[in-house]
Amino acid sequence: MDTVEKIVEEFASDIAMSPFSSGTRLRDMIRAIRACKTAAEERAVVRRECAEIRAAISENEQELRHRNMAKLMFIHMLGYPTHFGQMECLKLIAATGYPEKRIGYLGLMLLLDERQEVLMLVTNSLKQDLNHSNQFIVGLALCALGNICSAEMARDLSPEVERLMRSREVNTKKKAALCSIRIVRKVPDLAENFMGLASLLLKEKHHGILISAVQLCTELCKASKDALEYLRKNCIEGLVRILRDVSNSSYAPEYDVAGISDPFLHIRVLKLMRILGQGDADCSEYMNDILAQVATKTESNKNAANAILYECVQTIMGIEATSGLCVLAINILGRFLSNRDNNIRYVALNMLMRAINVDTQAVQRHRTTILECVKDADASIRKRALELVFLLVNDTNVKPLTKELVDYLDLADPDFKEDLTAKICSIVEKFSQDKLWYLDQMFKVLSLAGNHVKDDVWHALVVVISNASELQGYSVRSLYMALQAFVDQGSLVRVAVWCIGEYGEMLVNNIGMLQLEEPITVTESDAVDAVQLTLNRYSADVTTRAMCLVALLKLSSRFPSISERIKQIVSQNKENIVLELQQRSIEFSSIIQRHQSIRPSLLERMPVLDEASYLVKRASTTQGTLAADKPAPAVTPGGLKLPNGVAKPATSPLADLLDLSSDDVPAIATASTTTAPNDFLQDLLGIGGVNSSTAGAPSSSSTDILIDLLSIGSSTSQNGPPAADFSPPQATDLLGSLSSSTSISGIKSAPAVPQDMDLLDGLPSNTSISGVDNHSSIMAFQSATLKINFDFKRHPGKPQETTIHATFTNLTSTSYTDFVFQAAVPKFIQLRLDPASGNVVPASGNGSVTQGLSVTNNQHGQKPLAIRIRMSYKVNGEDRLEQGQVSNFPPGL
Amino acid sequence: MIRFILLQNRQGKTRLAKYYVPLEDSEKHKVEYEVHRLVVNRDPKFTNFVEFRTHKVIYRRYAGLFFSMCVDITDNELAYLECIHLFVEILDHFFSNVCELDLVFNFHKVYLILDEFILAGELQETSKRAIIERMGELEKLE
Repeated sequence: MDTVEKIVEEFASDIAMSPFSSGTRLRDMIRAIRACKTAAEERAVVRRECAEIRAAISENEQELRHRNMAKLMFIHMLGYPTHFGQMECLKLIAATGYPEKRIGYLGLMLLLDERQEVLMLVTNSLKQDLNHSNQFIVGLALCALGNICSAEMARDLSPEVERLMRSREVNTKKKAALCSIRIVRKVPDLAENFMGLASLLLKEKHHGILISAVQLCTELCKASKDALEYLRKNCIEGLVRILRDVSNSSYAPEYDVAGISDPFLHIRVLKLMRILGQGDADCSEYMNDILAQVATKTESNKNAANAILYECVQTIMGIEATSGLCVLAINILGRFLSNRDNNIRYVALNMLMRAINVDTQAVQRHRTTILECVKDADASIRKRALELVFLLVNDTNVKPLTKELVDYLDLADPDFKEDLTAKICSIVEKFSQDKLWYLDQMFKVLSLAGNHVKDDVWHALVVVISNASELQGYSVRSLYMALQAFVDQGSLVRVAVWCIGEYGEMLVNNIGMLQLEEPITVTESDAVDAVQLTLNRYSADVTTRAMCLVALLKLSSRFPSISERIKQIVSQNKENIVLELQQRSIEFSSIIQRHQSIRPSLLERMPVLDEASYLVKRASTTQGTLAADKPAPAVTPGGLKLPNGVAKPATSPLADLLDLSSDDVPAIATASTTTAPNDFLQDLLGIGGVNSSTAGAPSSSSTDILIDLLSIGSSTSQNGPPAADFSPPQATDLLGSLSSSTSISGIKSAPAVPQDMDLLDGLPSNTSISGVDNHSSIMAFQSATLKINFDFKRHPGKPQETTIHATFTNLTSTSYTDFVFQAAVPKFIQLRLDPASGNVVPASGNGSVTQGLSVTNNQHGQKPLAIRIRMSYKVNGEDRLEQGQVSNFPPGL
Repeated sequence: MIRFILLQNRQGKTRLAKYYVPLEDSEKHKVEYEVHRLVVNRDPKFTNFVEFRTHKVIYRRYAGLFFSMCVDITDNELAYLECIHLFVEILDHFFSNVCELDLVFNFHKVYLILDEFILAGELQETSKRAIIERMGELEKLE
């Protein structure tokens, strides 16, 4: 890189610049902008230029059009708005000459993207240019199409691109191949059109074509199962040959990088091999030799070589490799991990992540090294290592590993603390074998990094303390002492204050001493002091202050002797500017002063919080983020595991459904016709208070919320048929184009009267008069016991919406009771389940249960409908469960 | 897949920005600002990889210029590092000893070179000579 090191300072003279072909004016403008001393000056210059360009646009100036466009691009790059130039791009593209078209397409790619309507106007010009006789113009069009085309354009222009892939021109061929990658990404249905062409291209010699074709194949495999099978059958030999040729080839100056011929092609082929070999023993077998050759022959002293080895090891771990090959891969891994170069260590950690599925023991051997990496100065390495540690934790090593991490928490830099605490907390929650250990670890984490602990973590801690009656004394004493030392750790303060309020007398009287504890002397006024200090601390926020007031109120009943002092402290906040605190203060003082008689019963300890329902609630709120998150292997549904040996609730259908959702099916709808109490569902419905909506009968959902707030939801039986929508915050993948939304809706209704069904069903059939196009029905599911038919109704003008009428028929001679049908769909589909016509399916097909489903396919035309279904029912009081997937929908849904 | 490519100087001025995924202009500016902040103060001994939102940025510094590529989390980091280097070599060859000013005044040519090197977020050509020759042909058409 010696030559590039010579890059001179920005302010060096620009005498040596080559003259511009597009006229001197662009150059003058850049000079003028660069000469500006202040931002204001720069803005003035840009404004003047924009005004001139606008004027030229309105006068329809032909001559200066492409020069103006070039200027606009520069202005755009500086961050100024340039929307007014969009139409100029289209005009330039429609021009005849290459120079105009070139600037036009460049502008198109910079100033527009696939979401602008204007882009549709360019489809026709693109089509003409794709059919142009000049290969350079074809190249421009392919490039623009490949970089910014939308789904519609992809569908319209795909035939042209297919044709160009057969071109004799090398440049056109490779551009067309890459362009089809974009097309397939936008419209996966088109994958089948390209698989034959792609495998043909693999027979070429030119590296540019080969690498484009290999990348296209990789994309095709991702887009379609059929393509994957096709390429497995037809390409594997070709790929092995390409890899052998390129790795055995003698020195080729054109492609040489540090003594290796075309490492880029190596890597792309290896990656494709990984996809083809995954779960396919025959394919993997075929690759074994060449992989062994690449893994042994590549010298690992240069970046390019290491890149190949890295990819090769990943492929070996990804396919069904022989054990010999795996040993080879693990050895390379060990070499990487001991390398001094940080880049290499980083990728080694990445590889270990994969290796953990192949050979856990081998990874465990490197545990100390990995732990060292958690403490590395480089944030990237730390992050990788931490994820890895998280995967390495098991029941036997959890205690030492947690200790290491907690010790490091003290030294970690603030940016990293948040990640680290989150991981420690989830490790501790997941693997805690005894409550005491869990509490100890949590207290340590709260003390060291209380400001970085997420709310749900300390909420969970409070739930655990409330359930552990034998450890409440220990908890309140430990927290009291921690509070003395770490007054600034937000969540520690909250948990401590809550515990002092609830269990104040245990603190003062040393109730429930554990053997390992040393008795401490805390007087009643010490306890009040601690809360008072917190209340008056400048750093305490409103929530903490409010919690302090509640704690004081509770203490007033626990310590009657000093209730006068407590009243004084509480009433200090009577004039607080925060309404919440003012109100609490006034109300609480009046309770202490005037309602002596009811005070003890009013201020009793909180009823034991329901651990199981809290966990389900927590899991469901994190679900939204889970689905939108990167597929981080660290965040597994295993996080749902209940800590401290809480028995898994008996009715877990909902939890199961949530599990299901973690693999790409976050939208869940469940409907039940049973009247059996299902606390889970109720509780979930309760959370939906924010945007609960009623469907069907008037619901009592408002009382649910109240019950839920009081945390006694599980012990109360619900009588009304509530229905609510619950949607956790929509999270959008920042860079990805997909936004995923999670919605869980539950409907619970009493067995409906047949008329009800007609009413609901009547709606779609009424509209059918105005021309609903009817699809034929399908057999959605059939087993030896149960048959399900789907009838479809489509709504003209809204092709994405479909109403499904499901009919369930019992094929056995015993009738089914408590029949519940549940369905889950991928996230691009929205599903609404109507109540079923009944919950008893009569025997031998003597009648059936029906239920309506409304489905909205947000990617209509790109992805077909798919629904996972699950039926639970009772036969003679015995539980039965059946599930299946429906994917044989008629085309076009 | 490459999500975007940025070329920024030490002050954070963007000299080239190519996006292969659609983003709002305001979002682009935010991304450029954040990436610059992420890479500019990193110790040269550190890795050339930083995790950025749900993706990662592979960057390399040449004198006062940072070349950054945002790629998928599962992509081969070392390969993209090599890729950046190849791009720099092509620029260096084309402008014969490239400097930041070349890139400022000839930004449209830099985009043209990039379009011959990467398309749809994937590598198009790995031979420096092929790209330089192609650029020669394109220049003749102007």
